[in-house]
Amino acid sequence: MLRLIATRVLSTIPVMGVVALIVFFMLRLSGDPAAILAGDTATSEQVEKIRISLGLTKPLYEQFFGWVVQLLRFDLGTSLFTGLPVTTLIAQRIEPTAMLALTTIIFSVCIAVPMGVLAAWKSGGWIDRLVMVICVLGFSVPVFVMGYFLIFNFAITLRWFPVQGYTSPFVDFGRFLTQITLPTITLSFIYVALIARITRASVIEVLGEDYIRTARAKGQIEAKVLFRHALKNAAVPIVTVIGLGVALLIGGVVVTESVYNIPGLGRLVVDAITRRDYPIIQGLIMFFALIYIVLNLIIDIIYTLVDPRIRY
Amino acid sequence: MTAPAAAMPLERLTGVFPFLKRYPLVAIAGVILGIIVLAAVFAPFMFTRDPTALTPLHRLRPASELNWLGTDHLGRDVWSRLVYGARVSVMVGLTVAALSILLGLVIGLVAGYIRWLDAIVMRIMDGLMAIPGILLAIALVSVSGASLTTVIVAIMVPEIPRVVRLVRSVVLTVREEPYVEAAVSVGTPLPAILIRHILPNCIPPLIVQATYVCASAMLTEAILSFLGAGTPPTIPSWGNMVAEARLLFQIAPWNLLWPGIALAVTILAVNILGDGLRDRLDPKLAKRM
Repeated sequence: MLRLIATRVLSTIPVMGVVALIVFFMLRLSGDPAAILAGDTATSEQVEKIRISLGLTKPLYEQFFGWVVQLLRFDLGTSLFTGLPVTTLIAQRIEPTAMLALTTIIFSVCIAVPMGVLAAWKSGGWIDRLVMVICVLGFSVPVFVMGYFLIFNFAITLRWFPVQGYTSPFVDFGRFLTQITLPTITLSFIYVALIARITRASVIEVLGEDYIRTARAKGQIEAKVLFRHALKNAAVPIVTVIGLGVALLIGGVVVTESVYNIPGLGRLVVDAITRRDYPIIQGLIMFFALIYIVLNLIIDIIYTLVDPRIRY
Repeated sequence: MTAPAAAMPLERLTGVFPFLKRYPLVAIAGVILGIIVLAAVFAPFMFTRDPTALTPLHRLRPASELNWLGTDHLGRDVWSRLVYGARVSVMVGLTVAALSILLGLVIGLVAGYIRWLDAIVMRIMDGLMAIPGILLAIALVSVSGASLTTVIVAIMVPEIPRVVRLVRSVVLTVREEPYVEAAVSVGTPLPAILIRHILPNCIPPLIVQATYVCASAMLTEAILSFLGAGTPPTIPSWGNMVAEARLLFQIAPWNLLWPGIALAVTILAVNILGDGLRDRLDPKLAKRM
């Protein structure tokens, strides 16, 4: 078992290496960082000077390995605009993003899994159709359209929630809840669609199994059949999608934070776009990729611990 | 996936009308998309004016006979911008879908059939999948400067791995079929095997995938433009319209409403069309979804 986990952990290292390779070469080949740093008014001598000082005249492979060594020391580079290390900026901004991600994941799973199970149970009925409509809408309505729709109705017209802003739950928990509600619903929409659809599909598949018939035949109440027998056996693809869906959340967080004026990592990205502060964007890509890989690694390891049928 | 028939997609497309009768939603989605594409192509004839013409005296006007959907904060006609904005969405959606399917098809065919390449290609695809697509697109646009070409490339790159995986999975099942073995044993050259015997099996799932890529590309373009890392602000696009309208959202919410509805309806129609095509062309996948 330990050896298995060790192999899985080790297998993420080449993936991280490939991520670094792709990010480095794609960004280096599509633009000149020295020119960006120098700005639009710089002369070509100034650009050349910056190029030498940044080490951009060295061969590409040397630059790449230099950058990888930096990454291994948890050094994501330095912001061009503020001059602060990117890791410091991430540490300053991570709390709102982490909180929003956490509330979104909890809310989505609590809504989407029962939705999917119900749709599978009454497959073909009106609940099923309603769930499928919600799913298609979730994949179609852009995050910001959803965000402004909610703000307009529930914050401006009905005044149930504040329009924008963020308060740390460690400062004022009540305020945190009222401010995080709309962003959470906004960000959850696509995630709910994703999870509900896969839950429905895998529960429908499991409901055709012999042991479900057996459970029903012995007089087990339907709720237990659904949630204990069916859902448990359908869990693997659902949990996988919850992990893979984090990629969607990362994109959505940037937009949601921008709509609701939440000072998190997403806002860091948006500010970096307007200032053309590309080390921040590059550093955040590496950071988010690492989170995504580690999260999916943890999910993989949990499978092997929980489900004895899975042996890689 | 048993028949080698190259004519399979065509065969399955016959009987379209009874199918549309059974799924009226797909027909409606098709009609809506047709209207949007026609409006985009014939934008100058859609009772529009110059979508970038400023009329500073007529700023933030509500809907009137002159400006069907009102004007924005610079006095530009919202209806004209909405119609011209369809051009960007339609173009980005179609181009990204076509290019990423084409590239993904070539990479997937080769990776699925040539064993030693498979490991390398799939590791690269795993790496690409781990990078959040929107962030990668933002980075590419901010490094190489905003232009429609950059936006298309930036949206296309993160879409490729999913197409590659799909094609590869079809190739891996088809390559074991007796007719492929037969083709190999009579000495058919590799390109001919790939193109004549394996490629046709990839087409039905790829058509379905193309619609999803198209929807996702339109969504990403809007998000990039909304964040200020997409289509240059001089070109009217739905994402740009939302980005500009958000600043005055409390005063003139309708300026955000129209491009928002246009985006949602268009992407919804593409997705419904995709689901319909999936039920028709790829019943195996339809069962699992």
